[in-house]
Amino acid sequence: MGSYVPSTPAQRREMLEAVGCASMEDLFSHLPQQVLLDRPLNLPSGLSELEVRRIMEKMAARNTVFSSVLRGAGAYRHYIPAIVKQVVSKEEFVTAYTPYQAEISQGVLQSIFEYQTMICELTGMDVSNASVYDGATAAAEAVAMCRDRKRTKALISAAAHPDLIQTVKTYCEGSGTPVEIIPVREGKTDLDKLSSLLDDSVCCVLLQQPNYFGLLEDAEAAGKAAHAAGAKYIMSCNPISLGLLKTPAECGADIAVGDGQPLGLSISFGGPYLGFMACTNALLRKIPGRIVGETTDVDGKRAFVLTLQAREQHIRREKASSNICSNQALCALTASVYLSAMGAEGLQKAAEQSFAKAHYFAEKMSEIPGCQLRFTGEFFHEFVAQCPDIPKVMDALEQHGILGGLPLEGDLSGCVLWCATEQNSKEEIDQAVAIMKEVCGA
Amino acid sequence: MNLIFETSVLGRGCSILPECDVPVPVLPKNFCRENAPRLPQLSENDISRHYTALARRTHGVNNGFYPLGSCTMKYNPKINEEMAAQAGFTAIHPLQPEHTVQGAMEVLYQAERALCEITGMDAMTFQPAAGAHGEFTGLLLIKAYHKHRGDLKRTKIIIPDSAHGTNPASATMAGFTVISIPSQEDGCVDLEKLKAAVGEDTAGLMLTNPNTVGLFDKNILEITKIVHDAGGLNYYDGANLNAVMGVSRPGDMGFDVVHLNLHKTFSTPHGGGGPGSGPVGCKSLLAPFLPGPVVKKQQEQYHFETPEHSIGRVKAFYGNFTVVVKALSYILTLGAEGIREAAQNAVLNANYMMKKLGDLYTMAYEERCMHEFVMSLEPLKKETGISAMDIAKGLLDNGIHPPTMYFPLIVHEALMVEPTETESKETLDEAIEVFRSLYQTAKTDPQALHDAPHHTPVRRLDEVGAARNPKLHYSF
Repeated sequence: MGSYVPSTPAQRREMLEAVGCASMEDLFSHLPQQVLLDRPLNLPSGLSELEVRRIMEKMAARNTVFSSVLRGAGAYRHYIPAIVKQVVSKEEFVTAYTPYQAEISQGVLQSIFEYQTMICELTGMDVSNASVYDGATAAAEAVAMCRDRKRTKALISAAAHPDLIQTVKTYCEGSGTPVEIIPVREGKTDLDKLSSLLDDSVCCVLLQQPNYFGLLEDAEAAGKAAHAAGAKYIMSCNPISLGLLKTPAECGADIAVGDGQPLGLSISFGGPYLGFMACTNALLRKIPGRIVGETTDVDGKRAFVLTLQAREQHIRREKASSNICSNQALCALTASVYLSAMGAEGLQKAAEQSFAKAHYFAEKMSEIPGCQLRFTGEFFHEFVAQCPDIPKVMDALEQHGILGGLPLEGDLSGCVLWCATEQNSKEEIDQAVAIMKEVCGA
Repeated sequence: MNLIFETSVLGRGCSILPECDVPVPVLPKNFCRENAPRLPQLSENDISRHYTALARRTHGVNNGFYPLGSCTMKYNPKINEEMAAQAGFTAIHPLQPEHTVQGAMEVLYQAERALCEITGMDAMTFQPAAGAHGEFTGLLLIKAYHKHRGDLKRTKIIIPDSAHGTNPASATMAGFTVISIPSQEDGCVDLEKLKAAVGEDTAGLMLTNPNTVGLFDKNILEITKIVHDAGGLNYYDGANLNAVMGVSRPGDMGFDVVHLNLHKTFSTPHGGGGPGSGPVGCKSLLAPFLPGPVVKKQQEQYHFETPEHSIGRVKAFYGNFTVVVKALSYILTLGAEGIREAAQNAVLNANYMMKKLGDLYTMAYEERCMHEFVMSLEPLKKETGISAMDIAKGLLDNGIHPPTMYFPLIVHEALMVEPTETESKETLDEAIEVFRSLYQTAKTDPQALHDAPHHTPVRRLDEVGAARNPKLHYSF
C-alpha cells in the first residue's frame, strides 16, 4: 500500500492516547452506525510508486501523440519555450493556495499583477481579473456582467466556438437569460441580421475574433451596432492573434475574453486551460473573480494584495455576481512567463508565422482537385475547405503521424476546419498536401 | 523588488522562433493593431531570476506547515506530477479521434469508477474546473430533474448559515432563491428549522458534512430524509470529504449529488489558486441530466456519449484533464486501505492538535472534531486585545501559514485549523508550541503581535487603500 502518512504506528498510538481513543476506528465512533461503511472500499489495493508508474505510463502510451498537428478548433499547438515549464514547475508556485495571506504570498500576488498588466496590454482594456476556468466560461461570465433588470437578452454569434455557445447557454439557463444566436452568412456573423435582432431588451452582443471558421469578422461594425442599440459588446479573442490584430479596445469592446491556452499551455486533451477576462473601467465593479491590486505595507513598501473583494462570493454570498473561487492561477503564470519569453516581437512572430503557414497551406491545398476554400473572407490561422473523401484523407494522414483538420458537420458537412501554427514547418505542410493529393487521386 | 516591466531593457529578448520558411502575406491594415503590446524585453536569465525571486516570496505546502481550514493543504506527491506531464497526456488534442485517445478516456473512466465508489454515487462528470463550478453544475442537475418531472414550483435551495460562501452564490447563479437557515449552537443543522423551511417549493438542500466547523452532523440521515420527504434533493459539498473517505459515503448518508475537490481531497496541487477540478457525481436518477460528453465503456473500447437530457456543457472539452490524471495516480497509490488510512490520520491529527491547545485556546466546540477544528479568539481578544488576525500574523513570523480566519461566520474571531494527514507528529508538536507561545505573547507583549509580522518580505498591508484607489496594473 502506498501512503503519504508520516506518523509511525508508535506515534499514532501516542496521539490516540492523547485524544482518549482506543483505536483509529474509535475516532469515528460518534458517527451514526448506519452511515459507517461496513466493508472496505471496492478498489484495488494500494501500489508502490514503481507500480503506479507502470500503469500510468501504459495508459499514456495508449494515446497517439501526433508529430504534426493541423487541427485547432479551440486547442492550438504553439511552441512552448523551455523556460516556461521550468518556471511553472517551481514548487512554491505549484503548492501554494490562493494568496489570502499577502505577507507570505507576494510572489504569487505580484505574478498575478504582472499577468493582469499583460492581459491589459494584449487587449487594450483597462482592467483584467486573475483568470477564470477557460475561454467558454469567461464568455459566460461576461454575459452575466452585462445583464440588468431591463436588458436581459444575450445575442451570440453562430460563428463562435460551439463549446463556447453551449456553455453560455447553460449558464444563461441558470440565470434565466434568453440567448439568441446571430446567424452566419458566408462564414461570418451576419451583421444585417444582427441589426434586426437588436432592440432595447438586448444586454450584450458576443462575437469571436477570429471566428470558429478562422475568418476575421468586421468586429468594429458589430461593436458599433451593439452600442447604437444600447447593448454591451463582448469580444472573444485568440490571444496569439492579438500579436497582430486590432485589440478588442480598438474594436470598441466593453469586455474582452478568450482562452489563454495558446500562450504556453499544452493542449492536454482539453485542460487545464486559461480563461482571460478584461473590461473597461466602467465595468470594474462587475468583473468576477480575484483581482490583485497594488498598495503599500506599514513601512511604505510597495506590496500587492487581493482587492475589491466586496464583489465576491465569500462576502456577498447569494448576492455575489459570480460564485468563482478557485481559478487557473498557475495557468495565468504560464501565460505570463510565455509572454515574457516571447516579448512583443516574438508574439508578433508567432502570430505572423501562424498566419503565413495557414495561408501557404490553404494555397497548396487549393491546387488539389476537389479541395477548395469554402469561404472567401480574410482568415488568420484556420480555414474551412471542402475536401473529397474526408475519412480516407484523415486515415492517410494519421498513417503518417499527422492529425488532419477537424471534419465539420451539419451545413458544413463535406468540409474540414484546418489549422496551422508556427510549429508546422513548410516541409510538414508539403508532406500533408502530398498525402492528400495522393488520396484524392491527383 | 522590481516588477518584470521595470526589469525590461529596450532591445533585449530571447531567441525562440526561426525565420519564417514560407512567404508572409500582407494582412490588410484595417485588421492590424496600432501599437505593439508593451511586453517585457528580457534575456532568459532575467526571466529565470525574476521568477526565482517571486518563488522565494511565496509560501507553498513545500515550504512549511499550511493548516488552512477547509482547504485540505496536504502534500502533493511528485509521482502524480510526473505522470500527468507525460507527452501521452499533454500532447494530445481534445478533438482527436476516439481510437487515438483510448488511454485518456480510460483515465476518465477509471477515475469515475473509483470516485463513484468512494462517494457512493452512480455517475460522474469531470467538466467542472473547481468546487464552485461543481456546485453550479450539481444545482443545475437538480433544477433539470424537477423541470423534467414537470414540478416547476421547486425554486428554493435551503442552505445553513454555516455554509461556504460559494453555496449561496452558486444557488443564485443556477436561478434558485436561497433560504438560509440558522445552525444550532453546536454548528449542526437545526431539525425544527429545517422542517419549517421545507415544502412544495423546496428544490433541495446544500450541505457540507462534516460541516464547516469540523463536526459530523449526527442527524444526517434524518436531515436528508426530511428533504426527500418534502420532494427535494440533497446536495453534498465535498470540501470536507477528506475526513470521511473510506469511512462513510455521501451516497449512504442520503445525498443525491456531490461535488469533489480533487485539489483538496485527492492531493492535486492548488497552483496558487488553481487549476483545480470539481467533478460532480450523482445517483442514477440524475445521470441523464449530466453535462456531455461522458465516457462509456463497451467491449473494452471507450467512447463519448452525451446523456439523454443533458443540461449542456459547463465548460469546453472535458474539464481540467491533467488534474484528473494526478488524482487517479493518487488513488492508485493509496488504494482502498490507504484512502481510509488518510482520512483516519487527518482526523487523528486534528484531534491531537485540538487536545494540545484546548487548555489555552477556546475551542468553538468542545466535542470530538473530524479533520479540522475551530477556535474562537473572542475571549482572548476581550482580555488582551489580540484578535484572530493578530495570532495569524504572528504565525507568519514562525514559518507557518495561518489557519483560515474569520470563517465560518457563525463563530466570532474564528481560526479554523486543518492539519491534514501528511503532517508528522513532529510538525504538529512544533506548531502547537508556536501557538502556545503566541498565546503567552498575547498576554505579556500584545504590541509585538499587533505589529506582527516582523520578518516577512512585506509587513501588514493597507488593504483599504488598495480597494479605495484600485491600481490593478502597472503604469508604464
